[in-house]
Amino acid sequence: MSILIDKKTRLLVQGITGRDGAFHALAMKGYGTQVVGGVTPGKGGQEVEGIPVFDSVAEAAEKTGADASIIFVPAVFATDAMYEAIDAGIRLVVCVAEGVPTMDMVRVLEFARGRATRILGPNCPGVISPGKAKVGIMPSASFTPGCVGVVSRSGTLTYEIAANTGAFGQSSVVGIGGDPVIGTNFLDCLQMFNDDEETKAIVLVGEIGGTDEERAAQWVKAKCTKPVFGFIAGHTAPEGKRMGHAGAIISGGSGTAADKVKAFEAAGIEVIYEPQELPARLKSRL
Amino acid sequence: MKIHEYQAKELFRAAGIAVPREKVCATPEEAVAAARETGLPVVIKAQVLVGGRGKAGGVKKVERAEDVSDVAAGILGMKIKGLAVGRVLVSECADIKSEYYVGIVIDRTSRRPMLLASAAGGVEIEQVARETPEKIVRVAIDPGVGLLGFQGRNAGMALFGDAKAARDFAGVAAKLYRVFAAHDCSLVEINPLVKLGDGSLLALDAKVNFDDNADFRHREWEAMRDLSAEEPTEVEAKAAGLSYIKLEGTVGCIVNGAGLAMATMDMVKRYGGAPANFLDVGGSSSPEKMATAMRIILSDASVRAILVNIFGGITRCDDIATGLLAAKKQADIRVPIVARLTGTNAEAARALLAGTDVTPADTMSEAVKKAVALAGGAR
Repeated sequence: MSILIDKKTRLLVQGITGRDGAFHALAMKGYGTQVVGGVTPGKGGQEVEGIPVFDSVAEAAEKTGADASIIFVPAVFATDAMYEAIDAGIRLVVCVAEGVPTMDMVRVLEFARGRATRILGPNCPGVISPGKAKVGIMPSASFTPGCVGVVSRSGTLTYEIAANTGAFGQSSVVGIGGDPVIGTNFLDCLQMFNDDEETKAIVLVGEIGGTDEERAAQWVKAKCTKPVFGFIAGHTAPEGKRMGHAGAIISGGSGTAADKVKAFEAAGIEVIYEPQELPARLKSRL
Repeated sequence: MKIHEYQAKELFRAAGIAVPREKVCATPEEAVAAARETGLPVVIKAQVLVGGRGKAGGVKKVERAEDVSDVAAGILGMKIKGLAVGRVLVSECADIKSEYYVGIVIDRTSRRPMLLASAAGGVEIEQVARETPEKIVRVAIDPGVGLLGFQGRNAGMALFGDAKAARDFAGVAAKLYRVFAAHDCSLVEINPLVKLGDGSLLALDAKVNFDDNADFRHREWEAMRDLSAEEPTEVEAKAAGLSYIKLEGTVGCIVNGAGLAMATMDMVKRYGGAPANFLDVGGSSSPEKMATAMRIILSDASVRAILVNIFGGITRCDDIATGLLAAKKQADIRVPIVARLTGTNAEAARALLAGTDVTPADTMSEAVKKAVALAGGAR
């Protein structure tokens, strides 16, 4: 097993005729993901390297049986693409775009409440279940099938951590995104990893800003049955500065790396300070 | 993006929130004229984009007409936390009975805007939240319908304990939410909101931050931006599509991805060095972007070594290497460079850098250790 996606996932690529959309559609297909269709309004009937293109998500979902979608349109149009996918009843919608206005995301998630869709992102690299499927933009070569579940607010740091799971490999690796308001958080992923038989250990890769890590830690202490490791980026970040990610900011003294490390330690989460520490730490617990 | 108090008050005024009679002035002469118009006494307030101006002496009450010019000149000549005061606000003195706090932020946990209100006006809300969290009234706002009348009244009752004031408060809160939503704010704050002798409410101060992600639909923000409050190199970096923040250390860092960039800085510190900056070259980086990154880092005279840490995905390591070599050709770089390039096209990058004086490293830890040593070692 794995979480969020596997070999049965049937994927649509929204914005497939764009440069990034086409490139990643082929990369995901090449990895083994079932890319069953693409959507670009006005380009229905065309094909991108054998992948049929439709005018709307609803039509594409009906004709292909798709249950997941990944959005490759710029931030300005990403909101509408998310609404469309939610309305079509797509189970998992991954939004890669960086720069979606926060209030737009608030409204999208409000619209999704009570509907069947889970949104992953925005501003995220997506999810990969190594050896099974990839719905994202991560470099495939950095991942190997295995038993460690990784969830992260970052992109390249996630690849760095995953590459350091060594011989243990990964069950699934999820990038939840660096924005302040996101569709899927640490807690959601932790619960899924805890329920996933294939996952034997979990690595949480957090960063400064917000209190998502603290809430995840509380849940770990109360409910989690698997060993959890935690890494926090931003110990040296100054207060009040947005560190690249819109959500990575210490404001009014809250959201610091020290707070998060403290919460991890209090919950029995093993804190890691260097990616390279991971193999030995995993070995001692697995 | 932060805007000044006087700009925030223009938004408030347009939304129908009562603000003091006041005028923004750039010279002592303008301040004298403004004080004459408003009538004494007046309060002269520094307009700077940092907190703590009161403690720094940037807010002064003036009773006598002959003192206005000197006080205004004094504040206009000040630097508050390194920022020069370019303008002052000359404001009428309100007949204050009591002070309150009201603000709206995005609550990341409930994923909704949240109204925060407290009877502890004039104090920073973060301090109230830390010391007496029970004194803060919180109302989650449904973005579909906005702040509802009863929600505002209930919050007002908790603050004032009387129905008339609660209704007035609900009016202010509703208008404040309209400002928040219409202008894509990440924060709006009235601190303090004051109750006057006649029972009416007045926004004595104003703070508004905009959500940078929404700038594509707010062309008007450009004219409101105060570039003097920003680090010039940070502005240049942003224009080039780089995310750069200057710090105080000696190890210049060039990294792809914000998380990895922060982790790299942290590790520099862990090995006894001090990072000179945060720099994320972004997703698809061209050789030109890399050359700009090098130039920006080298404009900081404290940099003693440069650490390049790239985990290639969309970013191609050979692009990074090409940019690095181009930058070395353009300028006489005397600072040692350590490069750790892994992922997409790493082999090609290694071949490009072979035979140059760039020190290679295989892992992040190794690269950081080497860069710290080259920058003068652990301190």
